Amino acid sequence: MPDETGPGPSQRLSDDTLLEMYRLMLLSRRLDERAWALHRQGRVQFHVSAMGHEAAQVGAAFAIKRGVDYVVPYYRDLAMAIALGCSALDFMLGLFARRDDPWSAGRQMPCHFSDRGRHIISGSSTVATQVPQAAGLAFAIHYRQRAGLVDPQDATQPRLALTSLGEGSTNQGEWHEGMNWAGVQGLPMVCLVENNRYAISVPQTEQMAIPSVATRAASYGAQGESVDGNDVLAVHAAMHRAAQRAYRGEGPSLVEAHTYRLTPHTSDDDDRSYRSREEVAAAGEVEPLVRYRQTLLERGLLTPSRVDELEARTRAQVDEAQRAAEAAPEPAPEEADSPVLAPLPEGLT
Amino acid sequence: MAEMTLIEAIRTALDEALAQDERVFVTGEDIGRRGGVFRATQGLYEKYGARRVMDSPLTEMGIIGVGIGAALADLRPVCEIQFADFIHPAFNQIVGEAARMYYRSAGGWQVPLVIRVPYGAVPGGGLYHCQSVEALFAHIPGLKIVVPSTPRDARRLLHGAILDPNPVLFLETKYGYRQIRGEVPEQDAPLLPGPARIAREGGDLSLFAWGLMAFYAEIAAERAAQEDGLDVEVVDLRTLHPLDQESVLGSLRKTGKALVVHEDTRTMGFGAEIAALLVDEAFEYLDGPVKRLTAPDVPAAPFNRGMFDYFLPGPDDIFAAIRELAAY
Amino acid sequence: MRTSLQMPKLGESVVEGTVSRWLKREGDAIAEYEPLLEIITDKVDTEIPSPAAGVLLRIHVPEGETVAVGTVLAEIGEPGDVADEVQPAPAARAGRLSPAVARLLAEHDLDPAAIPASGREGRLTRKDVEAWLASRPQTAAPAAPDAPGELLPLTPMRRRIAEHMLASVRTAPQVTAVYEADMGAALAGREALQAEHPGLRLTPVAWIVAATAQALGENPLLNAEWRADGIFLHHERNIGIAVSLEDGLIVPVIRHADRLALPDLARTIADLATRARSGSLQPDEAQGGTFTITNFGAGGCLVGTPIINQPQAAILGVGALQQRPVVHAGAIVARPMCYLSLSFDHRILDGAVADAFMRCMIDSLESGLNADMEKQD
Repeated sequence: MPDETGPGPSQRLSDDTLLEMYRLMLLSRRLDERAWALHRQGRVQFHVSAMGHEAAQVGAAFAIKRGVDYVVPYYRDLAMAIALGCSALDFMLGLFARRDDPWSAGRQMPCHFSDRGRHIISGSSTVATQVPQAAGLAFAIHYRQRAGLVDPQDATQPRLALTSLGEGSTNQGEWHEGMNWAGVQGLPMVCLVENNRYAISVPQTEQMAIPSVATRAASYGAQGESVDGNDVLAVHAAMHRAAQRAYRGEGPSLVEAHTYRLTPHTSDDDDRSYRSREEVAAAGEVEPLVRYRQTLLERGLLTPSRVDELEARTRAQVDEAQRAAEAAPEPAPEEADSPVLAPLPEGLT
Repeated sequence: MAEMTLIEAIRTALDEALAQDERVFVTGEDIGRRGGVFRATQGLYEKYGARRVMDSPLTEMGIIGVGIGAALADLRPVCEIQFADFIHPAFNQIVGEAARMYYRSAGGWQVPLVIRVPYGAVPGGGLYHCQSVEALFAHIPGLKIVVPSTPRDARRLLHGAILDPNPVLFLETKYGYRQIRGEVPEQDAPLLPGPARIAREGGDLSLFAWGLMAFYAEIAAERAAQEDGLDVEVVDLRTLHPLDQESVLGSLRKTGKALVVHEDTRTMGFGAEIAALLVDEAFEYLDGPVKRLTAPDVPAAPFNRGMFDYFLPGPDDIFAAIRELAAY
Repeated sequence: MRTSLQMPKLGESVVEGTVSRWLKREGDAIAEYEPLLEIITDKVDTEIPSPAAGVLLRIHVPEGETVAVGTVLAEIGEPGDVADEVQPAPAARAGRLSPAVARLLAEHDLDPAAIPASGREGRLTRKDVEAWLASRPQTAAPAAPDAPGELLPLTPMRRRIAEHMLASVRTAPQVTAVYEADMGAALAGREALQAEHPGLRLTPVAWIVAATAQALGENPLLNAEWRADGIFLHHERNIGIAVSLEDGLIVPVIRHADRLALPDLARTIADLATRARSGSLQPDEAQGGTFTITNFGAGGCLVGTPIINQPQAAILGVGALQQRPVVHAGAIVARPMCYLSLSFDHRILDGAVADAFMRCMIDSLESGLNADMEKQD
């Protein structure tokens, strides 16, 4: 809905960027689908899906300085991770829990992203714990800028901390305490709430007495905004506004992206007990990948043959990543013993 | 060389760390203008300003969570939890997040975070200003637990904790803050978490303690020497995790008898770990039961003074326990 | 309502106390706060007032006993109440070895019984073993390999005797006093008894055992043993007789020697000696002695200095029976004489007690023994 928010920054995205966003959403989707298939074949132990959330995640990632700004994602952020530069192979190595899994070397469940070089912080499976940490990262940015250790305009330095989570997680004390801290200190933090209407099985109406999480922002002196989370450009526009506020030192923002989880919560979940098939099917009608493809076709940036070509390329990419990951070595079992404690720096004993 | 109380040594170390490293900042409740409820940060707000000596909102999980984030961003936060009793809301940030970060990211992310925690029984503190929490956290891989019992060690270990790339829980005996005095050299090297201190050498019995109980242990050992001619070896553990196992086992191998004294409650207290270690690794050297002198299994030291004194092991209790085990 | 009185903690560091005197007997009425007993601790000696009014139902800790703080000393209740059975005291720790002690004993091939114990309830401590090792004479340097000679391997019995003997001289300060007895009456008695029991093998040793058993009854310190917490007086008179074997010796025990008439005593001695030499003693027949007699006179020895069989208080050595000229009623006459050597533990008794015991023993020997003893047959 970029029209509702006037001529926004998304209009300034180049054609290449718009196509890149599509390519990344597509890659995430096809990796996700393959993971489900591999799980159902008994070839992997677990998968947690981002299907349906790709627009929210890719739109958010493209609104910040990718690979430079700090990102503290949650386990549903596969498309975010892909958009931030993680590869198909990275995902597959984690899915197969191989030794060279770059996120946790087989220690965590799949989709627990971590990439120090890309400033992606490792997360746990406990929800909302990352929010005060994101405030801490934003505090560190602020601290360095105020101490004169970095130039506030220097785009090679992280200038905001983005964290994301589901709407159910905003009921946690850690979310409130982290948001409050960021608000009271005016920290450059952006919180993306991927509102898919369910906290596993419990609908939002039983989670909170308000229709929009965005209204919670006011309690913390943060800017709150709700957008259509299935529209990648709308999310990008809202996130862009939030990021710019952070860059300008105007404090934290909350962007609530309304979306829908197209799959059960995880490969261990069965959503038929709490969601009707009609509801799920209806969500498929407005799902973000199809919508964005349609937008690009209408704008002439994609053609049917180009769509097929991208599908084929993506399929090959997924196949190759899977093949390489399956062939990759397992960790030696005794590698489980470490690394518990970081070694002392050189010169300290 | 100057004589200092424990709290003065801690304040000195904070002052020095703030002066030496721009990345170091201090945060916690009432630690700014107020200088901390125990005055650990007195004068530092005036000297370094609100950016580096920063009052936090009233949120323990926020203090630790923000500390973790800042540490991930390569600052050196020194967070204060006002009383150990209030650390429980931050338990998940410490246990689930800080302690596991390095392992879960396969070495990708470090959390060089120091958490200062006044702990233990103090007269008039009551159930929520008296808790000992070392055993809760010593169970957690990925955390270091440091408990100084002398002013010199407090200063050196606090510097060491700040230099350590891992999260360090720095437990301070608040009853000892002004009770424990000692010489602190002008210049002193940082002491990284790890080694125990043989506070007193002896061959008759090994006494393992930390914090206030290490201070009391030395008093009791001196009395045992005077009255009974006993040579008690007092081992001040200083770091509970990772434990200096060699010092513990070495002392037991020398004396054959072990007494662990802690003010934490008994069941699953850290004394149980020492006892298990000794039985595992030095069974053939044991010349008596491994004895524990601890607080009773009640929530914390009661407010009433008589009940408080009953709860907290003192030098006389330690002396009696030494005498009994020595006679075994 | 019953009230238990516990050993009070009379000072911060006090862990035990000794009951020095009970001021009331079981069954006595007592008023609250009325003095009930006196105790001694490291810090104070004091009277303990009764915690309740009523009747002293039961005294659990006798005078002279030292118990830990908190131990139930007595119970007070209404007349007719039944006292609780007190929990049995924890088993003595003597004989239970700590891992450290067990390791040291194994490393140095030591017998724990041979080492004086200083720990609680007679427990052997690591320091005891280390002190023992330090004080032990250094083993002589082995003979040069080319020196003429041969090494006799140590039999288990030799090793055990060596440890016991060494332990005894290390444990107890032993003194030996030598007496002389006229065995005329005993020999006459033997002759008379032999006529009655022609098949019985009678030796003068039976008379010596009988006289000893009688004298032990009147001198209980000789029938005793030293313990860390006091001198234990045995109520049984179980006399061991050292029997030499080819490769050592063994000491079978005559149980209740005081209750056996001479013919039975003689029969028992002969039976035990025979079975000792044939190796058919039951294990418990060489245990539980409270006093030992060694008849080294059988080999011709006149006077010896026997070593106490630990943990007993004394041992009597019997020299060879000889006709010797003695002055009797102003004339020199030949009498069947025998030297008796008593080694005793000077921790437990002094010379005067030893003298009284031997006077008693020799008197009954020379008077042909107490007529009562024969009547018991």
